[in-house]
Amino acid sequence: MTADLRFEFLVTNEGRALTIHREFAAGRQLVWDCHTKAELLDQWFAPKPLTTKTKHMDFRPGGFWHFAMLTPDGETYWSRYDYQTITPIDGYTTLDGFTDESGAINPDMPRAKLDVAFVDQKERTLVTTVVHYASADDLQKVIAMGMKEGMTSTMERLDELLERLG
Amino acid sequence: MASQSIAVGLVFHALADPTRRAVVQRLGKGEATVSELAEPFDMALPSFLKHLSVLEKSHLIASQKRGRVRTCALQRDSLMAAERWFTEQRAVWQNRYDNLDGLLAKLSGE
Repeated sequence: MTADLRFEFLVTNEGRALTIHREFAAGRQLVWDCHTKAELLDQWFAPKPLTTKTKHMDFRPGGFWHFAMLTPDGETYWSRYDYQTITPIDGYTTLDGFTDESGAINPDMPRAKLDVAFVDQKERTLVTTVVHYASADDLQKVIAMGMKEGMTSTMERLDELLERLG
Repeated sequence: MASQSIAVGLVFHALADPTRRAVVQRLGKGEATVSELAEPFDMALPSFLKHLSVLEKSHLIASQKRGRVRTCALQRDSLMAAERWFTEQRAVWQNRYDNLDGLLAKLSGE
């Protein structure tokens, strides 16, 4: 990553949303394509060392992306994004969801709405993603599911954390 | 383990307010009575007590009455759970976007 590419990760809307700003050193059309075409999403969406594998992609309002993230030891996590609105190449909104291999949504988990916007910044592109949860309680359910046992964090970064939340 | 029941979402809600953040920072240095906590703020006591109530509901702080004095303490597990989740999520997005930088460089070069 180029050192001066803007990256901000914030808790917003009184704990009901995450807002992520990130600049990319490429034109808006290319950055848009990377977010909306399965063969490109498969090359970047999962954080390392996981990989992404698309099972189904229909990028249009009412369509959805169904994909798996695979761990190196063969574990598979299925998700889908249901596209609601699409305005090429300015932005789109989508509902996330945890699923099984068939694509059936896990009804016990709250779904977040993602609002993804693409803006020209001279020769670069700024992508802003806002992940909206219906309530702080919904966010709590998602966090509880992902929470692993055994807290290793310390209080040392309290000030840094509070600063980011502000 | 207690972390499963810690209301991290509510912790973020609680920390969204500058008064409540200041109270958490103060309690990071050690226990304090309600009047000690309220002292730096130019705020009516009922309003301040509402802030404390939000903090208690999120399990960020706990209070105890000794005689006529109520003392508050930070619940570090709640704060650590929130911090850990936040740090993990941030790492996921950072890592994912670093991948995208690489892909964009490759595609731009073609």
